[in-house]
Amino acid sequence: AYKRFSELLPKEERENACSRRVPKSHILTLPELRANPFQHRICHVFSTSEAGDDSMSFEDFLDMLSVFSDSATSDIKSHYAFRIFDFDGDGILDRRDLEQLVNCLTGQSEESRLSSMEMEQLIENILEESDIDKDGTINLSEFQHVVSRSPDFARCGGVQQ
Amino acid sequence: RNSQQADIKYLSGWKKWKKTHSKSLKKILTEAKGLSSYLVLWQHDIHSIEGRFGTAIQSYFSFLRFLVLLNFIIFILMFSFITLPTIISNYGIFNSTTAKISSKDIEYNCTIYEPNGNKGLVYFYTYLQDLLSGTGFLEVTSLFYGYYTVDDVWISVMRYNLPLAYLLSAFAYLALSLIWIIKRSVEGFQQSLVHDADPFQSYCNKVFAGWDFCITDPDAARLKHRSLKYELQMDLEEERLKQKIADRTIKENLRIYSLRILINIIVIAILSGCFYSIYRVTVFSQEKSSVSIRNYTRTDSIETVQYLPSIVITLANFIGPLIFSLLIGFEDYLPAFEIIVTLMRCVFLRLANIGVLLFSLWSQISDCAADKCEPCGYNYKLYPCWESDVGKEMYKLMIFDFIIIMSVTLFVDFPRKLLVTHCSCKAVQWCGLQEFRISDNVLEIIYGQTICWIGTFFSPLLPAIATVKYFIIFYIKKISLIHTRKPADKPIRASTSNVFFLSVLLIGLVLAFIPVGVSIASIPSSKACGPFRNFNTSWEVVPDTILGFPRGLQQFLFGLASEAFAVPFFIV
Repeated sequence: AYKRFSELLPKEERENACSRRVPKSHILTLPELRANPFQHRICHVFSTSEAGDDSMSFEDFLDMLSVFSDSATSDIKSHYAFRIFDFDGDGILDRRDLEQLVNCLTGQSEESRLSSMEMEQLIENILEESDIDKDGTINLSEFQHVVSRSPDFARCGGVQQ
Repeated sequence: RNSQQADIKYLSGWKKWKKTHSKSLKKILTEAKGLSSYLVLWQHDIHSIEGRFGTAIQSYFSFLRFLVLLNFIIFILMFSFITLPTIISNYGIFNSTTAKISSKDIEYNCTIYEPNGNKGLVYFYTYLQDLLSGTGFLEVTSLFYGYYTVDDVWISVMRYNLPLAYLLSAFAYLALSLIWIIKRSVEGFQQSLVHDADPFQSYCNKVFAGWDFCITDPDAARLKHRSLKYELQMDLEEERLKQKIADRTIKENLRIYSLRILINIIVIAILSGCFYSIYRVTVFSQEKSSVSIRNYTRTDSIETVQYLPSIVITLANFIGPLIFSLLIGFEDYLPAFEIIVTLMRCVFLRLANIGVLLFSLWSQISDCAADKCEPCGYNYKLYPCWESDVGKEMYKLMIFDFIIIMSVTLFVDFPRKLLVTHCSCKAVQWCGLQEFRISDNVLEIIYGQTICWIGTFFSPLLPAIATVKYFIIFYIKKISLIHTRKPADKPIRASTSNVFFLSVLLIGLVLAFIPVGVSIASIPSSKACGPFRNFNTSWEVVPDTILGFPRGLQQFLFGLASEAFAVPFFIV
C-alpha cells in the first residue's frame, strides 16, 4: 500500500512520503476511483486536510483502503457510506441528497438521468422503505438498519489490494 | 499500523515468528489462487467479456464452457468403456479376442446387413457426402452403433461383457449429466434466493448498494450506469402497470382474456403446423433413401433430400420465435411475464421439433403394415441396422446445426457490420447492428446439446464431435460479439439467467430420456448389428446378467428393486 501511495507523489517528494499530502487530482488517477461516480465524495470524506483542498496524507490513504477492503466490518462500511452519500454534509439524507445520489448512479450526462416524474416516484419508494420515523429524511441509524438487510451491500464495497 | 507495531514489541519471540509467517502464508495463498485461475479454461476470456459486456452475457459464455466440459467427460466415459475395449479386441492387442455368438433361433433374413463401405473406386465427392451425412465409409467406423457387433471381449482371461457395458454407460452418462446440472442449478438457485430475499427492500438495495466498487474500466462503468438506470426504470414501470391492472374494469378484463385465449389457439395451430410438416418431410426423406438389399446397392439420395428434415427444423426454429414475439405484444402482460411466456413457447417449439422427428423415424422403423416386419419385429428390409440410422439422423442434425451457426455468423453478421459502418443511407442505419440476444443463443446451444444426449446412445463418439463443435462456437461467438454486436439495451439479471439456462437444459435432458428409454425398453433391437443382437430388446441384457449371478446376489438385487425400497430411494 505504501508503494502505491508513493507512486502517486511526484518524483522529488518520494523519500519523505509518510509526511506528504497528495493533491486530489492525483488521487483520482487510482484505477479504483477512476470510474467511480462517487470519487469526489470519497476524496472529501477521507481527507483530513484543514485547507479543504481534499488532499490526502498517507494515513488518510490507509483509512480509505481499509474501509474498502474485505475485512472491514459492515458497521464501518455503512458509516462511511452514509458520509459519502450525504452530499451537503448536514448529517442526514434528505430529498436533495437522494436525488443527487440517483443521478450519480445513472450517469453524468443529460440523457442518462431519470425523468422528474420517475425521480419523484423513486424517492417516494426509497423513503417509504427506509424512513422509519417518517420525517422525510434518512438519518444514520435508519440508513444502517436498511443497509444491514441489503444482500448486495457487503459485496459492493470490496476493492482489490 | 502504529498500534500493530506497538503490539509486536510486547509479543514473545515465538508469537512474533508465527505472526509474520501467517502474513506471508496469506500472501502466498492469494498468489496461488490468482495463478490457478489461469488453469481454468478460458478464465481470462470470460473475465474480459464480463468487464466489457456485463454479467448476463458472461453467464452465457460460462454456460458454454460448462457444456464443453460436460461433453468431454461424457466422451471419455463412452470411449473408455465401449470404444476402447472394442478397438483393442478387434486388433488383438494385449492378447484379447472377441466372441461373436450367433443365436440359433434368429431368422436368417433379419441378420443381413451390408453397409456400403465404399470399396473400390469412388468419386472424391462421395467422401465429402459421406462426411456430411454419416453414410458410406463413416457408417462402418466406430462412430456408429453398427461397429460394436461383438458379444464378449476376452482380455487375457478376463471376460468383459460388452453389451452390459454399453447399456450401463448409457445410463451412466444420463445420470452424470443429471447430477451435474442439478448441482450447478442448486448453487445458482441459492444465489438467486439471497438476491431476491426481501421485496420490500428492492429500491433501497438498488440505490444504496447498487454500485460495484470493483469496476475500473470506463466502458464497464458506462454499462453499469445504463443497467442501473434501466433496472430502476423497469421497476418503476412495473409498479405503474400493476396499478393500472388493478384499476381495470370488468369489461376490459373480459376483452383481454378472450384475446389471450385466441392468441394461444393461434400459437397451438402454428406448433401443430410445424410438427406435421416435420413428420411429412422425414417420411419423405426416408423413403427416398431406401436400401435395396437384393441388389447389394444403396441408393443414397442427393444431399438436399438427406438434409431436408434438418432444413425444415431450422426454418421452424427461426420463424417460430419471430411470430411469437410479434403475438406477445397483443397479450398485454407485465414485461417480465412477457419474456417468460415467449421463452417458454420457443423452448417448447425447439424441443418438440426433435421429438416429432424421432417419432416419425420410429413410425417408419416399426411400420408393420403388409407383414414388413414379420420375422424380426421391425422393418428389417429398409432398416437392417436401425440404431445406426437413428444415429445418422442425429449426426446430420448436429453437423447441420454447426454449419448454420457458422454461416449465420460469417454471412449475416459480418456483412451487416460492414454495411453499417460504410454505407450511410437511412434504411441501413435504421436497421443497425444486431444486439446479442442471450435467450436465442442459449436455446440454440441447448437444442444442440439435447441432440447430443439423444444421439450418444446410437453413436458413442458423438460427444467428441459436440465438444469440438462447442469449442469452436465459443470462439465464433466471442469474435462475433466483440466485432459485430452492439451492447444490449436491456440487461437481465445474471443470477436468474443462470437458473433459467440450467432449468431449460434440464428440460432438454428429461426430453432426451424419453427416446433413449423407449429405444432401450420397447423397440426390438436390430438383429443384424450391434451388441444387442441376441436379445429381444436392449434392456434384456440386464435381467440376463442378473440371472447369471450367484443366488445370494440375485436375492439381494431383487430386494433392492422391490417397491418397498425403490420408491423411497427415488424420492430421496
